[in-house]
Amino acid sequence: MKISEIATLLNAKIVCGEEFSDREIEKAFASDLMSDVLTTPFDNGILITGLANPQSIRTADMMDVSAIILARKKKATEEMISLAQENDAVIIECPLSVYHISGILYTHGLSPVY
Amino acid sequence: MKFEYNVEGGDFLNAGNASGNIKKVLKKLNVDTGVLKRVVVALYEAEVNIVAHAYRGKITADISPKRIEIVLDDEGPGIPDIGLAMQQGYSTASTKVREMGFGAGMGLPNIKANVDDMKIETEVGKGTKLTLSFNLE
Repeated sequence: MKISEIATLLNAKIVCGEEFSDREIEKAFASDLMSDVLTTPFDNGILITGLANPQSIRTADMMDVSAIILARKKKATEEMISLAQENDAVIIECPLSVYHISGILYTHGLSPVY
Repeated sequence: MKFEYNVEGGDFLNAGNASGNIKKVLKKLNVDTGVLKRVVVALYEAEVNIVAHAYRGKITADISPKRIEIVLDDEGPGIPDIGLAMQQGYSTASTKVREMGFGAGMGLPNIKANVDDMKIETEVGKGTKLTLSFNLE
């Protein structure tokens, strides 16, 4: 599934990295705990999180995650956007809860990591 | 090839700078992707540990064709009980650290799971020196 399709399904806004919205995503992982993300390889996947601080962008970079969905109406800070730009990462802001986002993406065929 | 970075305790905005830079260097050197992932995960967790627990620290990465050795040497409170700190779920992290998405007691166990060798030298009231080694052959 393309990042642009994910944004459309969620009625969400790509706030950074729009130029990479053609990237294909196969897997998703949802967590607010970055230590959990760091134990879960999902290269080129998408991270769904309510953690809106630079550490979610850093963690995504360390794990080669292609895009980050900020759930629960969280907004990307300037620091997050500038870090994401440096790392060619995509940030999507979505007003829905992590559970709601996960449900929509799962029913549309995006696989869990495990 | 040697690289050195300074890390400030409590500076969460820049936590991960050193790890991000070392990742870029290793990518340029075409280090095997499996090893690269292990290095960056262990290093990032260890860098966050300095920011979360210590006053300041220095990270030195020594990269040779056969191995990568990374030393994280901090001035800080030290670890009173290493056995306890190695237990998954044990944490002394502050609320601030938890707000940053860490502090669930997974750092040291996750570092250990990703390295080929790890050495911890610590002195309560002085600091901790963590040496991480990765084989490239």
